[in-house]
Amino acid sequence: MKDKSLKPALQFYKKIMLELRAIRGRAYVRVTAIRRDLILLPFQVVLPVLGVAAYIYLYRFLGAPPQFGTLVLIGGVMTTYWLNILWSMASQLYWERMTGNLELYFLMPASKMSILLGMAVGGMYMSTVRALGTLLLGLVIFRLPIVVNNPLMVIVLFILSLSALYGMGMLMSSIFLVWGREAWHLSNLFQEPIYLLSGFYFPVKSLGYTLAMIASFIPVTLALDGMRQLLMPGGEKMGFIPVWQSIAVLSAMAVLFPLLAYYGLAYMERLAKRAGRITTRWQ
Amino acid sequence: MSCKNPPHLNPSVFIIFFCVIILHMENIAVKAVNLNRTYKKGHQVTEALKGLSLEIQKGELFGVLGRNGAGKTTFLKILSTLLYPTSGQAWVDGWDVVKESHKVREIINLVTGGENSGYGILNLRENLWMFSQFYGLPSREAFKRIDYYLERFNLADKAKTRVSALSSGMKQKMGLIRGLLNDPKVLFLDEPTIGLDVESAREIRSFLKEWMKDSDRTTILTTHYMFEAEELSHRLAIIEGGQIVALGTPDELKSLAGKEPFYELTLKGLPLTYSFNLEGINLVTRRDENGMSILTIKLEEDSLLSVLLQNINSIGGNLVFLKKKEPTLEDAFVSLVGRGIDEAGK
Repeated sequence: MKDKSLKPALQFYKKIMLELRAIRGRAYVRVTAIRRDLILLPFQVVLPVLGVAAYIYLYRFLGAPPQFGTLVLIGGVMTTYWLNILWSMASQLYWERMTGNLELYFLMPASKMSILLGMAVGGMYMSTVRALGTLLLGLVIFRLPIVVNNPLMVIVLFILSLSALYGMGMLMSSIFLVWGREAWHLSNLFQEPIYLLSGFYFPVKSLGYTLAMIASFIPVTLALDGMRQLLMPGGEKMGFIPVWQSIAVLSAMAVLFPLLAYYGLAYMERLAKRAGRITTRWQ
Repeated sequence: MSCKNPPHLNPSVFIIFFCVIILHMENIAVKAVNLNRTYKKGHQVTEALKGLSLEIQKGELFGVLGRNGAGKTTFLKILSTLLYPTSGQAWVDGWDVVKESHKVREIINLVTGGENSGYGILNLRENLWMFSQFYGLPSREAFKRIDYYLERFNLADKAKTRVSALSSGMKQKMGLIRGLLNDPKVLFLDEPTIGLDVESAREIRSFLKEWMKDSDRTTILTTHYMFEAEELSHRLAIIEGGQIVALGTPDELKSLAGKEPFYELTLKGLPLTYSFNLEGINLVTRRDENGMSILTIKLEEDSLLSVLLQNINSIGGNLVFLKKKEPTLEDAFVSLVGRGIDEAGK
């Protein structure tokens, strides 16, 4: 019996359940990955701490106040998310194409957006486990000061930052497919320059208004700026724009990026079917 | 302009006519009308399908035979909504594969031989469960089906093994199970037994025969293995150069190769330049290996065999072995396409 005979409400319920299950199914891979590869977790936590250590010692050597160490550590924590977005979101559909999974995703009734959302949810979980470990270890080893005066604001900013960031990852994922084999190079291209532009190891304000403004198109810039203002003693003085403004822009990005990703994917799917290349491996 | 004496039209004739059409349409699982598909790469244009039209009935296991590049996979990809036709139309269970692709996806699945899908970090059972979620299957139902199929394909003991540790044959079986999880009304199999060991391939063929006993299911199978196509298919299409060159049951196709029997001759000392310019004697294939020449020939009448042997003897060739063969599907293929199935396409 075809679904034409099903009532719209039942069809809607089936569709919602299908998409929710698809999100859960795809997120499960990443949630399980961190559990299975537990042995790698200490490295994934310790290595970012080592990465920020050089900057912490440099600030100490220059006689900067201890909160500069917190500034760098927050940058190190956000690095975990940015790397996850570049290598496990933006490039992911390209890898899926190589393994033949992409063809299956195009074949299934679940929306490709649910697949991407599942990747994002799994990636957030995966990165949060690592980021929390890095944050705690860094705070303990370097005895850095941290304040949480407005926990609600911290939570709101954090959730919006992740939503905007992973929304951007979803958008990049569909765009990277166009470049095929160059996806790997594109990820590299977006790594180091963004570290600089988004102020991972220094306040973005110091780049000057124009450059900081341009950098604010990348959600991680505003996320870092806002987090530092909320978690560092005296952090508001280093802020580029007030936190409420960051929240407003990130909210818009959290809606805009997934929307663009949706249209990007739909375009890619049409292109794939027309050109007959995207679902084929090694092209 | 009026017609004073209009012919008498009996409405019941129309009703019966439309009923027959509707019943016919209801019974069609796949319909393709004038399908064309062109690939462009730079200035190079390849016509993969050229006006392919076909109807496949519900409950049929339909085989598609063709050499590499004949258009088999393109045909399957269009039907499974992965590719747009350049022109023409196709329907699966009444749904248009372009305009109603979301509906088609709910009722189909595609399994490709040599499939390497899934994630190595998950175990076999988890991997299959993950795929079931993309079809919206409740977990309990999904695990019930997964456990049944794992048992059926002798993979139950590997349920907790990581996919990365499975052999390629096991992964291929996993691919087939993945394709069965949503209980598709129409299943597309693109060379599902390629590269499998004899035992596993036999197991899959036996399963397919059993699975097809449910009359509502339809399977479209592409294969390189003639015996597989012959054993499984109710009907077959031979595709060459993007067109159907023959369509029918395996027996019907074999009869197209001619009613005359074939002879297989193993000869020693036959010159490579020897040509068969004898009336009534047709050379079908010639294979030279280990100093022997193995010829398949078709004779218009049996008495011509002695003429041929005399001719061969006269140029120094010796008969080692002679076998009379009934026409096979492979013979039919060679006779229709002009080349063997393993010979490269254009």
